[in-house]
Amino acid sequence: MSRAQILAAVLNNQPLETLLPADLEFDSPSKDLVIEKFVETITMIGGQVIKIKSLQDIENYISENYLPENRILSQLTELTNYYKFSGDESPHELENTDFAVFNTHFAVAENGAVWITEDQMGHRVLPFITQHLAMVVKAENIVANMHQAYKIIENQDYGFGTFIAGPSKTADIEQSLVLGAHGARSMTIFLLEN
Amino acid sequence: MNSIKHPELSTIFNEDEERVNWHDDTLWWIRAKRDKAAHGISEWEILRETASQIKDNVLSNLHQYLIDFEAKAQANGIVVHWAANAEEHNKIVLSLLQKKDIHQMVKSKSMLTEECHLNEYLEKNGIDVIDSDLGERIVQLAKEPPSHIVLPCIHKKKEEIGQLFHEHLGTEFGISDPQILTETARLHLRETFLTRRSALTGVNFAIAETGEFVVCTNEGNADMGAHLADIHIASMGIEKLIPKKKHLSVFLRLLTRSATGQPITTYSSHFKKPRKGQEMHIILVDNGRTVQLGRADFRNSLKCIRCGACMNTCPVYRRSGGHSYHNAIAGPIGAILAPNLDMKEYADLPFASTLCGSCTNVCPVKIDIHDQLYKWRQVIVKEGNTTAAKTMAMKVMDFTLSSPTRYKLAGKIGRWTIKHAPFTVNNKLNLWFKNREMPEAPKESFSEWFKKNK
Repeated sequence: MSRAQILAAVLNNQPLETLLPADLEFDSPSKDLVIEKFVETITMIGGQVIKIKSLQDIENYISENYLPENRILSQLTELTNYYKFSGDESPHELENTDFAVFNTHFAVAENGAVWITEDQMGHRVLPFITQHLAMVVKAENIVANMHQAYKIIENQDYGFGTFIAGPSKTADIEQSLVLGAHGARSMTIFLLEN
Repeated sequence: MNSIKHPELSTIFNEDEERVNWHDDTLWWIRAKRDKAAHGISEWEILRETASQIKDNVLSNLHQYLIDFEAKAQANGIVVHWAANAEEHNKIVLSLLQKKDIHQMVKSKSMLTEECHLNEYLEKNGIDVIDSDLGERIVQLAKEPPSHIVLPCIHKKKEEIGQLFHEHLGTEFGISDPQILTETARLHLRETFLTRRSALTGVNFAIAETGEFVVCTNEGNADMGAHLADIHIASMGIEKLIPKKKHLSVFLRLLTRSATGQPITTYSSHFKKPRKGQEMHIILVDNGRTVQLGRADFRNSLKCIRCGACMNTCPVYRRSGGHSYHNAIAGPIGAILAPNLDMKEYADLPFASTLCGSCTNVCPVKIDIHDQLYKWRQVIVKEGNTTAAKTMAMKVMDFTLSSPTRYKLAGKIGRWTIKHAPFTVNNKLNLWFKNREMPEAPKESFSEWFKKNK
């Protein structure tokens, strides 16, 4: 029985217990600086930021950038014109999605990552399979670094959650950066200011 | 078993001098990006120290963490398997697929499955495996193993990749534009993701406290595979555990900054429960790790988070290429992990280093890599696993260095020879002459100079 064998070998070979270090905490810059840093980082990693005053502004963006025949998916109740889905569909049915927009929990300034969980996705594969991806981030919900991020996530329950930082990318061919590897070709952040 | 060793394999790589220079420059460029990212964070050294201490705690409490992880993962609905070695790991994967009558699998990057030679095993047993990471797909088409743990086809020119795509994916002859080739792979692999019922991913971190695991990719291939398949199998080495979810803050800050200079991977996905109607399995693999845990001098190597920084900085790796290490994990870290698996087979690897310490300096979890390389050399020599030539050379050195008279005389002869008969050292028989010029000999030794000038 491998389980017993492995556990016995581990117990036998592990060194004397050392303690965990204290949690790291760093001073946070002002809210304005944090927002500025987030915008700078997400732009650097290939995303774009559009500042909006209300969720209806997203409808304008969509009508300016997409055609009526494009498949636009949204779980945001405020966006009434776009297809909502139950989550019971086969994930394969999401294949021809041109644009999908999601609510998110928060974003991180130091790396441009946005934290989103399964309940906000409708379906786990949607943020990955859509050709173009957009997320709504409230300006007040941007934290400075990953330590602050995990303070929020620490006790959160989810089946699946992910940090997404920019469009899908690869540099596997001679280190040339190409956007749009397998996941979304672009990432738009709708930064909701109040 | 592969009996060609690092010196011979790097000689093959060194036949094309231009390619060696290009390989060297590319990796140094990535190392420079790593420096820029690391220097951009004032608390970088605090992060490294903290990560190292967390990993110390993991190794010292691994037994309990494994038990905790298993219980939590099971409570989350994940099926947990244990594999003592590569063979058992491969058998578990095969049996899971056979139970569901699945003959095709899509795989995202996992160095552990490279270590276990899973692809060959599954193919022999009638399972078609497609690697979905672009770099891995490219080396798979070329029927080669990856040459780097983060950049699997770093050794390939875009023209060669274009040729592979022309032969296998139907691109036009002569196309080598990375944008077009990536788009071709995107379309080809979308078709794969949508038709495979099984997906296998690696694991970057697994959390004892919650029973979830984290997979980091830039391309999104792990997610595309896992979220579309009926069955998701995750393979992880037992050392990948970390105690608590909050510790990810430290490791995710270090991982990609060390690897490619990015602030974080595009996707850092936390898999906690299978989705409705899906099966999720995790295989906890030992394959020599518990043995390494018991070797006090080498257990630190189990802290590795597989960023590849030690390879990018290593002057030997950059000029000899990943394949010269004839092991799934190349470079300095591979050279301290491999002898644990098979000391005879990999006795050459701890010598494939200058012991300059650059690897240790960039390691995000502060593994004492160059010290371990040095320690392995001593173990390997003691066990008699060095070549006859090296053993003889060491005996001659021992004879020379153990007597001041003999040492002085040898120096004199050496200086005279280089000056008056350079052809006796500047030739193929002298290994030090390979790919470099011999230095000019000084006129006198230090002790001669000191006598005159004291």
